[in-house]
Amino acid sequence: MPDATSAFPHLPALPGVGYKAQHFTDILKDPNPVGWLEVHAENYMGEGGRPLAQLRVLSERFPISVHGVGLSIGGEGRLDPDHLARLKHLCDWLNPASFSEHLAWSTHDSHFLNDLLPLPYTSDTLTRVADHIDEVQTVLGRRMLLENPSSYLAFAESTYSETDFLAEIVRRTGCGLLLDVNNVFVSATNLDYSPQGYIDAYPLDAVGEIHLGGHDEDEDDHGAPLLIDSHGREVVDPVWALLDYTLAQSGPKPLLVEWDTDVPDWPVLADEARRAASALTRVLT
Amino acid sequence: MTDQTAFHAGLLNPSTPVPEGLTDAQARPAGRRYGIYRNNVTVSLREALAEGFPSLVGLIGRENFDHVARAYLRQSPPTSPLMMHYGAELPEFVAALEQLKHLPYLADVARIDVAMRQSYHAADSISIDPTALQAMDEDTLLATRFSFAPSMIMIRSRWPIGAVWHYTLRGGDKPKGQAEDVLILRAEFDPEPIVLGPGAGDVVLALQTGTPFGRAIEQGGDAFDLAALLNILLPHNAITGLKS
Repeated sequence: MPDATSAFPHLPALPGVGYKAQHFTDILKDPNPVGWLEVHAENYMGEGGRPLAQLRVLSERFPISVHGVGLSIGGEGRLDPDHLARLKHLCDWLNPASFSEHLAWSTHDSHFLNDLLPLPYTSDTLTRVADHIDEVQTVLGRRMLLENPSSYLAFAESTYSETDFLAEIVRRTGCGLLLDVNNVFVSATNLDYSPQGYIDAYPLDAVGEIHLGGHDEDEDDHGAPLLIDSHGREVVDPVWALLDYTLAQSGPKPLLVEWDTDVPDWPVLADEARRAASALTRVLT
Repeated sequence: MTDQTAFHAGLLNPSTPVPEGLTDAQARPAGRRYGIYRNNVTVSLREALAEGFPSLVGLIGRENFDHVARAYLRQSPPTSPLMMHYGAELPEFVAALEQLKHLPYLADVARIDVAMRQSYHAADSISIDPTALQAMDEDTLLATRFSFAPSMIMIRSRWPIGAVWHYTLRGGDKPKGQAEDVLILRAEFDPEPIVLGPGAGDVVLALQTGTPFGRAIEQGGDAFDLAALLNILLPHNAITGLKS
């Protein structure tokens, strides 16, 4: 596999989209495509074939963000050294403009559960997550961004707010943050706090990227709204408003529209990216 | 305290109670909020399996497939974050299911689904120049060993699995009840399952295991058609090396 080393050192403060293979031709033909693309690391860990060939072509034209979904940084066990080595191999080959992962766990007792599972926010979990991030940054030789989760429940044992937990992780590890404003809206609704208050308390200086996505609506046992982070539809208006609220404080940031299930045709996704572009324009005027 | 062992235990087992220490914003028990995670895990693994086994879904229908997938994912959750490899043992699981014993060819057709995915992600390779074979004198050719693209995978079966695969996904001719060897080949990026003629599977197997060409083609028997096999291998860029 020839080296794909990208010439884009940073993500631009422009809209990007989560890359889907079915959009490859449309993206290359679009005269005004997005400013950058994000790929899920694990989809590019095969030995060869179309995924890596497409990524090589795209990396020549677009800054690429590599977004891991399987490292289990919040896991109780040690990080999987094989998986970390695969991430290093991919990052060394691609030299992406950004690497990010989640404040979550997905592996336990060698079982990979293919979901982003929650952890309590305590001094013990903080030490563990910080140690794991140190290890990732050392092995990859680059700074990573950590993404806030969508929460459906709380842990009775938590002693930190999520924003304090993230701020302390940043202080200890020097990592950056990926702020998912849809996740903020989902968690704030589900756990009954103010999403704007979350943004006010969040360490915005550390933000290297912002995510936007669609969610579904459900109810809990008591009839209270329960939002599900599904990435299967348009971003809703209150999340766009929360983005405006955030950008007014943070200034322009790289914005990513995620759409992972029931993926629409390219023009629909491109429209969402244009809406993100207008949010960036508003903050500059 | 809610450790990950407790959180994990209920994810794949719906009869396990919701772990202690999980709440809503009013400190009431989490209840179906925990069920969201349980549902996410099951649905995401089931969808990954359905995507990876299109011919199995086509043969038994989506509803039946979902039952099989749910039983499989509870017994054999992934052991790696590389979902591209998940389900490699599903054919064996299917073969052992009493309810599907009346469809004895299912497992081997599912092996084509697995092999198609493996081939899709296999390492790229550079094929030989086809004229290199023509340029050889006969003695040299007979003594030559072949190497093949990593994306080439053979599935051998007592059943007409290639015909069933094509009939299920592409509407080909109705399958007839004969054994078939299927060779999955990837000329560039798209794997294609190709049904081999009589004896060709034995020849391919011999070549794959390093038998010189002359002795390998003797494995094919009387009905073996060498030209037909080469007309499959060469256009699909399957032969990557010749060694005398």
